[in-house]
Amino acid sequence: MIAPPTVGHPPLPRADAIVDPRVGDAGPAVLALEDGTVFPGIAFGAPVASGGDLVVNTSQTGYQEIATDPSYAGQVVVMTYPLIGNYGRLQDDDQSEQPWLRGLVVAHATAAVLDDARQLATLLRTNGIPAIAGVDTRALARHLRASGSLRGIITEPGRTDHAEAVERARAVPRWEDQDFVAQVSPAAVREVGDDPSAPLVAIVDFGLKANIVRSLGRRGVRVRVLPHTATAEEVLAGDVSGVVFSPGPGDPARLAGPVALASAVIDDGRPLLGICLGHQIVGRAAGAETRRLRFGHHGANHPVQDLDTGYVQVTAQNHEVQVVGDSLPASSGFRVSQLNLNDRSVEGLRHAELPIETVQYHPEGAPGPLDALAVFDRFVTALRPTT
Amino acid sequence: MVETPLPAPRPSRPKPASVLILGSGPVVIGQAAEFDYAGTQACRALRAEGVRTILVNSNPATIMTDPTVADAVYLEPLTVPAIEAVIAKEKPEGLLAGLGGQTALNLAMALSEAGVLERHDVRLLGTPLEAIRMAEDREAFRDLLDRIDQPYAPSFIVEGADETARHASAEAALETIGLPAIIRPAFTLGGTGGGIVETEDAYWERVRAGLRASPISQVMVEQCLVGWQEVEYEVMRDHEDTCIAVCSMENVDPLGVHTGDSIVVAPVQTLTDQVHQRLRSAALAIIRALGVEGGCNVQFALSPDSTQYAVIEVNPRVSRSSALASKATGYPIARVAAQIAAGRSLAEIPNVVTGTTVAAFEPALDYVVVKLPRFPFDKFPAADRRLGSQMKATGEVMAIDRTFGAALNKALRGLEQAGAGPLGEDASWQPTFDYLAAVYGGEVDEADPLAPAGEDTVIRWIDERGEACESSRFAQRSAAPIVLKRFVEPSDSRLWRVLGLLRRGVPQEILHAATGISRWFLAEMGRNIQLEHDVRAAGARLADPADDHGAALLATAKRAAFADRDLASLARVDEAALRDARAALGLAPGYAMVDTCAAEFAAETPYFYSTYASAGSPPEAPPAARPGALVIGSGPVRIGQGIEFDYCAVQAADVLRREGWSAVMVNSNPETVSTDFDASTRLYFEPLDAESVRSIIEFESGGPLPAADPLPAVVAFGGQTPLNLAAPLVASGVPLLGSDLEAIDQAEERVRFAALLDRLGIPQPEGGMAESVEEALTLAERIGYPVIVRPSFVIGGLAIDFAYSPEDLARHLAAAAVVDPDRPVRIDRFLEGIEVDIDAVSDGTAVLIPGLLEHVERAGVHSGDSIAVFPPQHVSDGDVDLIVATMERICLALGARGLVNAQFIVRDDGVYLIEVNPRASRTVPFLSKVTGVPMVDLAVRIGLGATLADLGWEPGLRPTPPFVAVKAPAFSTAKLKGVDPSVGPFMQSTGEVIGIAEDPRVAMAKALTGASLVPPRPANGEQPLALLSIADRDKAGLIALAKALRRAGYRLAATPGTRTALREAGFGVDPIAKLGAEPDRAIGEVPILEAIARGDVRLVVNTPTPRSGAVRDAADIRHAAIAEGVLCLTAIETGIAAAEALDPALVDEIASVRSITEWVPGAEAGARVPA
Repeated sequence: MIAPPTVGHPPLPRADAIVDPRVGDAGPAVLALEDGTVFPGIAFGAPVASGGDLVVNTSQTGYQEIATDPSYAGQVVVMTYPLIGNYGRLQDDDQSEQPWLRGLVVAHATAAVLDDARQLATLLRTNGIPAIAGVDTRALARHLRASGSLRGIITEPGRTDHAEAVERARAVPRWEDQDFVAQVSPAAVREVGDDPSAPLVAIVDFGLKANIVRSLGRRGVRVRVLPHTATAEEVLAGDVSGVVFSPGPGDPARLAGPVALASAVIDDGRPLLGICLGHQIVGRAAGAETRRLRFGHHGANHPVQDLDTGYVQVTAQNHEVQVVGDSLPASSGFRVSQLNLNDRSVEGLRHAELPIETVQYHPEGAPGPLDALAVFDRFVTALRPTT
Repeated sequence: MVETPLPAPRPSRPKPASVLILGSGPVVIGQAAEFDYAGTQACRALRAEGVRTILVNSNPATIMTDPTVADAVYLEPLTVPAIEAVIAKEKPEGLLAGLGGQTALNLAMALSEAGVLERHDVRLLGTPLEAIRMAEDREAFRDLLDRIDQPYAPSFIVEGADETARHASAEAALETIGLPAIIRPAFTLGGTGGGIVETEDAYWERVRAGLRASPISQVMVEQCLVGWQEVEYEVMRDHEDTCIAVCSMENVDPLGVHTGDSIVVAPVQTLTDQVHQRLRSAALAIIRALGVEGGCNVQFALSPDSTQYAVIEVNPRVSRSSALASKATGYPIARVAAQIAAGRSLAEIPNVVTGTTVAAFEPALDYVVVKLPRFPFDKFPAADRRLGSQMKATGEVMAIDRTFGAALNKALRGLEQAGAGPLGEDASWQPTFDYLAAVYGGEVDEADPLAPAGEDTVIRWIDERGEACESSRFAQRSAAPIVLKRFVEPSDSRLWRVLGLLRRGVPQEILHAATGISRWFLAEMGRNIQLEHDVRAAGARLADPADDHGAALLATAKRAAFADRDLASLARVDEAALRDARAALGLAPGYAMVDTCAAEFAAETPYFYSTYASAGSPPEAPPAARPGALVIGSGPVRIGQGIEFDYCAVQAADVLRREGWSAVMVNSNPETVSTDFDASTRLYFEPLDAESVRSIIEFESGGPLPAADPLPAVVAFGGQTPLNLAAPLVASGVPLLGSDLEAIDQAEERVRFAALLDRLGIPQPEGGMAESVEEALTLAERIGYPVIVRPSFVIGGLAIDFAYSPEDLARHLAAAAVVDPDRPVRIDRFLEGIEVDIDAVSDGTAVLIPGLLEHVERAGVHSGDSIAVFPPQHVSDGDVDLIVATMERICLALGARGLVNAQFIVRDDGVYLIEVNPRASRTVPFLSKVTGVPMVDLAVRIGLGATLADLGWEPGLRPTPPFVAVKAPAFSTAKLKGVDPSVGPFMQSTGEVIGIAEDPRVAMAKALTGASLVPPRPANGEQPLALLSIADRDKAGLIALAKALRRAGYRLAATPGTRTALREAGFGVDPIAKLGAEPDRAIGEVPILEAIARGDVRLVVNTPTPRSGAVRDAADIRHAAIAEGVLCLTAIETGIAAAEALDPALVDEIASVRSITEWVPGAEAGARVPA
C-alpha cells in the first residue's frame, strides 16, 4: 500500500510531528502486514516487536479502556481517531490489571498536560507493549475493510527493513489457532462486595472488564469471580443467585469446556447473563453456530434493535465473531432477541421460559455509551425471587 | 427473565399529506445561513417522502425560497396574520417550526396562542409546544432538571422579613454558593443591579444594593461558572424514544463567551470516555424528559477538574450548532429531523451518506474539526469588541484535518480577513507584547503562575501612549497580571493575542491561568508556534529540496497546515520557490472522505478535506468525471458577502449537473446549502485561499499545474472571494468558465475602467488617482466637493468614505489611510441622485436585462443598505432606455460572458455610470425570483458555450410585471454595542427581505414589516410619540413624513429647526431640545435623551447633516434609541416609507398572500424553459 520512501515519495515529517515530545519517540519502526503492505512510522511504546491480528476501533474516546480490555488479547489495535493520548490516563478507568493487546497503531501519539506516570505511553512501556504512530490509520482501515482481517507486526525501533518485517508478520500465529482465554482468565476465585444479605452473582471470567463488576455492584449484588476452568458445581454453588458469562478474547469454537459449562447453567435454570464472548458461548450451548465477521465490530456507535420491543439503542461493541441466527435450533428455547441495524447480525438471545438473556454488545460501555445498562437491571431483577 | 420497563413502542405516526414550513426571515446576527440550509434540507426530505411542502420565508436571498425547493413558496412577512392567510389558503395538515430558528419557534408559539392552529386544525410536527415552553422557561426547566436529577448552576434565594433575617440569609447564601457569584435581583428590568462579584466586599455591596433595587427585597445568588469548560451535544430523538448523540463539541473559550462566538472543536478532545459518556447520557436523559422529537442542542458547563458539571441551556430545535455538527460529521440533522416530524423513526431512515446503514447511529469521526467565528468589527471598528453572552459574529468558518493544530491553521486561513491568518498580529499590540514577554518570559512559579519568576532584570518598553518606560522586572510584578488579564480578556482578537504571547515565550501555564483556556489546547497551539520558530531558523533551507532537514521540516509544517505563503514569509523565501520545492519533493496533500463512520463502511457521498497526514496514501476516489468544473463558494458570511452568493454558487453547481457536468464545490462555511453533501457532485471543505484551491484543481486534474487538462474554475458566483482568486488561478494555468480575466480586470481596475468609459463616451463621475495627500487635495479641489474617497490601504478603518471639504478629506486620509505611490487613493466626485442597480446576462454578443432596481434612499447610502424597488417608480422611460442601452454597450465592450451588475446615478443633468461588476451580484436571487429569469442558469450555460439565442431568450429589457417587489435591508446593529446605526457609504445590514404586491405601498409595507423597519402600529386610542430631528437638506421630505405619521395616529415631537418647519406647515409638535442645548423649559422643551428614556417614543427619525458635529451628536441620540428598543431611522426616505407603511388602509392588503409562482408564472422550475 505505501511504498518505501524513495524518490518521488513525499518526505516523512519529523518524529515530533506525530509523537508529542512529552511522550518521547523511540525512533523509526514499521507496521508490516501479511499481505506485504508496510506502513513506516515512529515507535513510542515498549521497544520490542509484537504482532497479531489487526483490529480497527472507531471510538473517539476510551483508548485507555481499550488498552486494558482483555478481549483485545492477541490483537494489534488500530485507532481510527487520529489523536490518541489527549487526556492521559486515570487509574480508575483501567478495565483490568494490565493491557492485553499486542500492539497499538495510531496516527498521532498525543499527550495530556500531566506527569509521565499518567500518560498512555507509560502504561504501554511498563507492560512491554509496542506502539507505532505516524500511520494513516484511515488508509489502513480502508485497506482492512477491503481485504478482511490480516495479521501484522510492529517492529522494534530501528528495525525497518520492509521485506523482513513482512516475513515476520506472516510468522505471527493465527488468531483462531490460539487460546487467549487461558491467558487472561484468573487462576483463583475472588469475591467483591461485603454485604452478606446481597444476592450473590457468579461471574465466569473469560476476560472480565472492571465496569461489569461495578455495574453489578451498583445494583446491590455481591460478585464471585471464577476462572474459566471452574466446574459447574463451583459456578452453581448453593449461594449463587445468578450467573454471568463474561466477555473475553478469541474464538468461542475453541472453548468446549465453557460451552459445556453454559449447558449446565441453562439446565440448572438460574438467571444467566451472557455478554459478548459469554453470549457466543451460550449461543453455542444452545446449538447455534458461530462465525467470524469479515473484520469485526469495534466501536462505540453500533445501533441495536430489540426485536421484542422495537427499541433501538446505541451500543459499544468489540467482537470478531457472531452467533449465526439461522443456525439457532428452535427446539433450544432460545430466540434471536436483538439485531445490529448496520449489518443485521445477531446482537442478543433470549430464552422463551428461562430467565436467560445474552447480548453481543457491551452494556457496561467503558468505553462507549451506557444506553443499555437496563440489561443489568433486567438480570438483577430476575435474581430477586431466588433470594 | 422478568420483563423490565422498556418503553413500549408507540404506534407509527400517520404521515401528514401537506406541511407548512416556517423559515427564519432575514439574516441577522445569531440567525444566519444555517436556517437556509436546514429549511432546504427539510423541504427536500419531505418532498422525497411524498409530502406536499408549503414554505413561508421573507428572505429572498435563500435557496429555500427558490420555487423549485418547495411545492408552494410564499415570500411573505413572518407575521401571525400573513401565516394565517397562508394556512387558510393552503390548508396544511402539519406545521414544521423547528427548522427556522428562534423566529419560527416564536411564531409557532404565537400562532398557537392566537388560536390559529386550532382554528384551522393544523398539527405542530416534531417537538411539541409544551417541550419548547419548558426549555424556554427558566423556572420550569429547572423543575424538570430537578425531576431527572440533573445539576445546574446552584443558586440561593436571599430574602427575609427584616434586615437581620436578610443578612443571615445572605450569609447562608455566601457560604453555600461561594465566590465568584452572580447576583440577580428579583423583578428588576433587564437584570439591573446584578452582576458578577469576586470578593466578599463586592458581594456584600452588591447584595445590599440588589435588595434595595428589588421591589420584593429578594436577590438570587447564583454560582458563577465562568472559567468552566463548555461542552455541547447535538442529540436527536424520535417518537419511539430512540435517542442518539450525533456530535460532541468542546469550546476552546471557557464558559462566558457565547458559543456562536467561541472557537469550537469537534469531537471533544480533552474529556475521558467516562466524563464524555456521563455528559452524553445526561443530554439524552434531558431530551427524553422534554419529549423532543427531532434535533436538540444541549450545553453543559464542566468544572476544570471534570468532576462536576451543570446544564446550561437546551435548544429544542435545529440550530447553528446543529448545522456545524452536520457538516462536522456528515450526518444530515435537519433532514432527519424533518423525517422524524413526518412520522418516521430513526431506525427506518436510511443513512444517505453510507447508503447501507440507518440514521439510528452515531457518527464516528477520524479527524478534528475546528470552527472559528467571523466577526463584523472590520466594518465597525468603533464597536465594543469584548465578547460575552450576546453573540456578535456574523458567520463562521470550519476546517477539517487530522490534528487540532492543523485544523486551527486551516480555519485561520479560511477566515479571509486581513491580518487574521495564523501569523496575524496587530501592530498596536507590540508594546504590550514586549512588556509581558519581558515580565513573564522564563520560568513559572507553580504556586503563583501569574507572578513573574527568575532573575530580576531591568526591562524597557514603550507604553500605549508611545512613551519609553523602564523598570525592574520584579517591580512590574503587581501590574503584570492585571495587564495580562485585560490583554487576553474575551474579545474577537483573543486567539491572535494568545498566539502572539506564546510566540514570545510567555509560558502556557500563565496563559492558562489568565484565560482559563484548557492546557491541552494551549500546548497544541504551542506546538504550532514551535514549528514557526523552527521554520524561521531554517530560512532558505526550507525551500531546498536537496536539504534533508529542510525537506523534513517542510513536510512537518505542511502537515500542520501552514500555508506556503506564511511559511515563505517566516523563512524569508519566495512563495514560488517553496511551491517548487514541494513539487520536487512530491509533497502534495491527500484528500480524505467525511463518511460518518471512520472508514468502517464504504460510503457513497463524496465529501472531502485535504490533509498532508495522508500524503502518499492511495487516493480515496479518482478525479470527478469530466466534463467538470470547480465552483468556488463565498466563505464565511460577512457583511457585504452573505447568503445571496451561496445561492448563486448552489445554483451554478445545479446547472452544471443538469448539463451533465461534474460540479465540484469548494467552500469553508459550515452554515450553508453549498456545503450540503448533495448540493454538488463532489464537495471539498477547504479554506478559500489560492493554495488550497490550486491543490484541489491539481488533484482533480491528475497532476501539478500547469496540467494537460486542468479542471476549469467558476469564479463569478461566490462574490468577491472567488473573484480575488481568479488572477492567481489563471496565472497557474487554470481556465475560467465564463467571463475571462481580461473582462474582470478591466472592470475591477479603476484606472483601466475609467479609460474604457471615456473611450465609450459613457458619463461617469469625475475622478482620479492621487499618490499623496497633497495630490488628493488638489484633485478634489478640481472636481469639486463632496468627493468619495477610496484608499487602497486602510488602517483598521473604513474602506470608503465621503469628504465634504478639504479639512474633511485631510482628516480622513490622515486618520485612516496610507497614501503613497504604491498605495494610491481614488477620489471621485460624489453625485447625488437616484441610484439604480441593474443586472444583465451577456453572452458576448447579446445582452439580456432581467430588470432594474431603484433605490429609495438617495445615492450615498450603500446599495446593500438601501431599500430597492423593482421595477423603478421614479425613473423616466427615457432614462431607463438610456441605462439599458449603456449597460448593453458596457457588457459588449468588456466582452463579458455571464452576469454583469452595474450601478447608475440618475440626475436631472444626466445618467452616470458609477460601478460595474462582471459577476453575480447581491441582487441576483431577488431579481431571478421576481422576474422569472434564471440568471445563474443562463450565465453558467453561456459559460459552457451557449448563446442567449440558443437558450431561447430575447436580448433587451424584460417586460414590466404587473406588480412591485421591494427589497429591504435588515440590520443587526442592536446586537453590537457601540455601533452607530446611521446608514452611509459602508454596508451595515446583515440580511434582506422582500415584499411583493400590486400596490407599491403594500409591497413596501410588507418588506419593511419583514425587516422590522416599521414602528409599532398604535393600539386603540394610543397616541405614541415620533421624535423627529431632520437635517436642513432633508426638510423637503419632512411634510410627507409628518403627514404619514399623523395619519397613523402618531404625535410628533421635534427639535427646534424641524419644529419650526412642521409648525409652519400646520402640524402640532411637542418641543424637544437639541442635544447639548439648554432646554427652554418655558416653552416645555424636554432634552432629547430624556424624551427617549421617558418611554413613550416609538420612533426616532434622525437624519444627520453629513460631516459636521451633528454626526457625532446624533450618534448619542441613536444609541439612546437603540438602548430603549426604539426604532431609529437615519434616512428621510426610509422614514417616509416606514410611516406610510402604517397607513390603516393597508392593513388587510398586507395580510393578503400569494405564492411566488402565482406572482411570477413560470418561476417554478427556475423558469428554465423561457417564458
